[in-house]
Amino acid sequence: MIMKRRRKTPTIAAGSMADIAFLLLVFFLVTTTVDTELGLMRLLPFGEDSGVVHERNVLEVLVNADNELLVEDQKITIEELRQLAKTFIQNAEDRADLPLRVEKDIPLLGPIMVSKQVISLQNHGRTSYKTYVAVQNELAAAYHELRDDLSKRYFNQSYDALVSSKAKAKVAAIRAVYPQRISEAEPYTQ
Amino acid sequence: MFQKKYSRSEKEPQENATSSLPDIVFMLLFFFMVATVMKENEPLVKISPPEASESKKLEDRSLVRHIFIGPPQNRVLGDQPRLQLNDAFASINDVRPYIEEQRPQMPEVLQEKMIVSLKVDQATQMQMVTDVKQELKKASARKINYASTPGNDRP
Repeated sequence: MIMKRRRKTPTIAAGSMADIAFLLLVFFLVTTTVDTELGLMRLLPFGEDSGVVHERNVLEVLVNADNELLVEDQKITIEELRQLAKTFIQNAEDRADLPLRVEKDIPLLGPIMVSKQVISLQNHGRTSYKTYVAVQNELAAAYHELRDDLSKRYFNQSYDALVSSKAKAKVAAIRAVYPQRISEAEPYTQ
Repeated sequence: MFQKKYSRSEKEPQENATSSLPDIVFMLLFFFMVATVMKENEPLVKISPPEASESKKLEDRSLVRHIFIGPPQNRVLGDQPRLQLNDAFASINDVRPYIEEQRPQMPEVLQEKMIVSLKVDQATQMQMVTDVKQELKKASARKINYASTPGNDRP
């Protein structure tokens, strides 16, 4: 009698359980964001930099207390900065007021004109961090775009693709043409 | 016929099949084990990082030490930005001892590669960030990272 009843016990079809589990898995995979560290990497200069740099080789970028952007004492908007920085770094027309260019023999690229550019970024104590980072970002973007152009011209590949494919020699060659030189100057007080 | 079926299901209680539950639980468990990153510091300050499309990922987390600057989570403490090191509020003079204390905890060969990530709220004024940078310079921790979120203006 007992045996008979047990055999009749209905069970829920468990075949779809796996599907449900997968749905849950996919849901969590999509919604969970793993906390990744993102940011702009910079190298702080040594204490007192005594190196004398020619004035034409320096692009002075200043963010004042009202979060206004002054490049070589000219007030500009943040959208204009990227193009301005690119023109400065390249000095494609060999202008006398832009950085000096010298021919360098770089492995994989051959002889190429490299400018002696330095970008000096100065801020005020009351500059907002948001603006400061935005300016840093524009400058980084200028370098990035130039490197990207060069990479496409010589290697038919974007710069990001070069970096991610670990083509170290090629990346180094491109970095040698456009080295990122953003100097974070001491802030001014007045 | 219908009557009979109805009465049978009334009589016998239904049991849920639970044989696959352990599988599901294990699956979730493994997922969380893989995806979860341990939070090293409990933030005492509110930080909404600035946007920067050029943000790069920091490759090795073991090289990174954090400095937080932002308004306190606890409203009682006001809304002036404060500095947080480890799990406590700190003053600018604590930055150097902090770095010097953190450095020996890393393997010797990696000590030079230490990266200090500045997690700063975007509304903060630069004065505080500059002061911290000066202290880092004195502690010869020159590799820094301005923590930011990638914007969406990149083509």
